[in-house]
Amino acid sequence: MADEVFKGWKGWFAESGEQLIFFRAFVRNLFRPGFEWSEFVRQCYETGYKSFTLVGTTAFIMGLVLALQLRPALVGFGADSLLPKSLADSIVKEIGPVITAIICAGKIASGIGAELGSMKVTEQIDAMEVSGANPLQFLVVTRILATTVMVPLLTLLGDVLGLMGGFVAINITSKVSLWLYFNKCIAALSFSDLLPAFIKTIFFGFVIGFIGCYKGYTSNKGTESVGLAANSAVVAASLWIFVIDAIVVQVSNIIIY
Amino acid sequence: MRHKESEITVNKGQLSRKDESVIRIRGLKKSFGKKEVLKNINMDVYKGENVVILGQSGSGKSVIIQCIVGMLSPDAGDLKVFDQEVSALGETKLKELRIRIGFLFQSGALYDSMTVRENMQFPLIRILKMKDQNEIDQRVEEVLKSVGLYESIDKMPSDLSGGMRKRAGLARTLVVNPELMLYDEPTTGLDPITSREISNMVLEIQKKYKTTSIIITHDMECASITADRVLVLNNGEFIAEGSFDEVKNSKDDLVSSFFK
Ligand SMILES: Nc1ncnc2c1ncn2[C@@H]1O[C@H](COP(=O)(O)OP(=O)(O)OP(=O)(O)O)[C@@H](O)[C@H]1O
Ligand SMILES: [Mg+2]
Repeated sequence: MADEVFKGWKGWFAESGEQLIFFRAFVRNLFRPGFEWSEFVRQCYETGYKSFTLVGTTAFIMGLVLALQLRPALVGFGADSLLPKSLADSIVKEIGPVITAIICAGKIASGIGAELGSMKVTEQIDAMEVSGANPLQFLVVTRILATTVMVPLLTLLGDVLGLMGGFVAINITSKVSLWLYFNKCIAALSFSDLLPAFIKTIFFGFVIGFIGCYKGYTSNKGTESVGLAANSAVVAASLWIFVIDAIVVQVSNIIIY
Repeated sequence: MRHKESEITVNKGQLSRKDESVIRIRGLKKSFGKKEVLKNINMDVYKGENVVILGQSGSGKSVIIQCIVGMLSPDAGDLKVFDQEVSALGETKLKELRIRIGFLFQSGALYDSMTVRENMQFPLIRILKMKDQNEIDQRVEEVLKSVGLYESIDKMPSDLSGGMRKRAGLARTLVVNPELMLYDEPTTGLDPITSREISNMVLEIQKKYKTTSIIITHDMECASITADRVLVLNNGEFIAEGSFDEVKNSKDDLVSSFFK
C-alpha cells in the first residue's frame, strides 16, 4: 500500500520532469527559423474551426439553462431585472471559459494525443526524425500555437452564444429587446473582469495543446498506447484547466483589489 | 573478413575507391535494461555494396541500424559513418549526416495525413530546402515513375495496398538521393511476386544511384537477389560472413538453419 503510493508519486515527479524537458524543446523550436505557417493554419482549422458548432451549441444550452434556473431565485428577491447582469458575470468570468476549455480538452487534446500517438506507433515520427526533418517544429509547435490561438476565440464564441441562450430564456417569460439585454450585460462587466477571464483562456489553450502533444509524442510504441495517450491527455488537461483557473482567479484578485 | 580494413580517408568529391569504408563498427554493445541485445558487433560496409543482415526475430538487427542513424546510442564501442563518430555528433551535424542516409521503415511510415505527392514533397521542401515548384514536381514525378506509382500520386496512403505503401516509402527515401540506404525488412508481409519486385528494385537502386545499402531481411529470395555480402547475427554477435552461397553452404548448423 505505502509502496504503491510511493511509486505513484515517484512516477508523478518523473513525468513532471519529462514535461519540463518537453516544454524546453517546444520553446527552442518555437524560435527556430522555418516556422511552418501552412501547417499552423491547417491546425487552426482542424482544432478550432471544427469545434465551433460543438462549443457554440453547448454554450447556448448552458446559458439558457442557467437563466431558467437563476430566474426564480432572483424573482424571489424582486430582483429579476438583475438577471442579465448575473448572467454576464457568471458566463463571461467563469462558465464560458471553463466549459469551453473542458469541451476542448475532450475534443482537441484527445484528438491531438491520439493523432500523434498513432504517428508514433506507425513510426511516422521516427521517419521524420531520421530523414533529418524536425518533427517537433512541424507537429508540436504548430499544434500548441493553434490551440493557444483558437481556444480564446472559441471562448469568445461560447460567451456570446451563452448570453444568447440567456436572452432566449428571458424572452420565454417576458419581453426584452436584444439591444437592451446586451447593453445591460456589457454594462455589468468591467475591464478588470474581462482581462483575467481572457488571460486564462490563453493558458487553457496552451495547456490543451501542450498536454495533447506531450502525451501523443512521448507515448510508447504498442497499439494500446494510442488510446492511453488520448485518454490521459483529456484527464491531465482537464485537471490543469481547473488548477489554472484557481490560480488565475487568486492572482487577479490580489492584483486588482 | 574478406575485406581488408580500409586505410583510405574519405575525401568528399573524390571518386570512390573500391574499398572505401562507409560504415565501420567496432565492439558495439547495446543493452536494454538487463537484456544485452548487442554484445560485440564488428562490421565494415564499403562503398557501393549491398550488405544483407540475417538473424532471428528479436536478435537486434533493427537496433544496429537504429544506432547507425543515431536513433539509439550505443553503450560502448565505435560506430563511424562516413568517417564520423555518430555518438559524438551535435544536433546540426547529426542532421547533416541523416540527410545522406535513407531509412526505409518496415511499415513504410508514410505520413497518413498527406497524399502520396505531399509525402514526396515533404523531404524536398523541409530537408533539401528546395523552393522551385517545377523542380519539385519534376523530381517527385520522376521518382514515383521509377517505383511504378505515378498513377497513385494523389491518393492518400490509406488507399494504397501493402506493396504500394512499401514502394511509396521507398520513393520517399529515394527522392533526396541518399548515399547510404538502410532497409528494415523491405519485403516482409508481401506476396512472393511483389517481394521479388521490391528486391529487384533494391538491386536497381544500387546500380542506378551507386548507393551503399544494408538490407535486413528474413526473406531468403530477397537476400539471394540483393546481397553482395551476407552477415548472420546471433546472440549479439555476427557468427558468419560471406557471399550468399558461402553462407548458405556453411558447415555450421546454426548458420545453415536460416536457409531451410
Ligand atoms: N527502444 C527500445 N527499447 C527497449 N527495448 C528495445 C528497443 N528496441 C529494441 N528493443 C529490444 O531489443 C531486442 C531486439 O530488437 P530488434 O527490433 O532489433 O529485433 P530485430 O532483430 O529487428 O527483430 P525483427 O526481425 O522481429 O524485427 C528486442 O528484444 C527488443 O525488445
Ligand atoms: Mg526489426
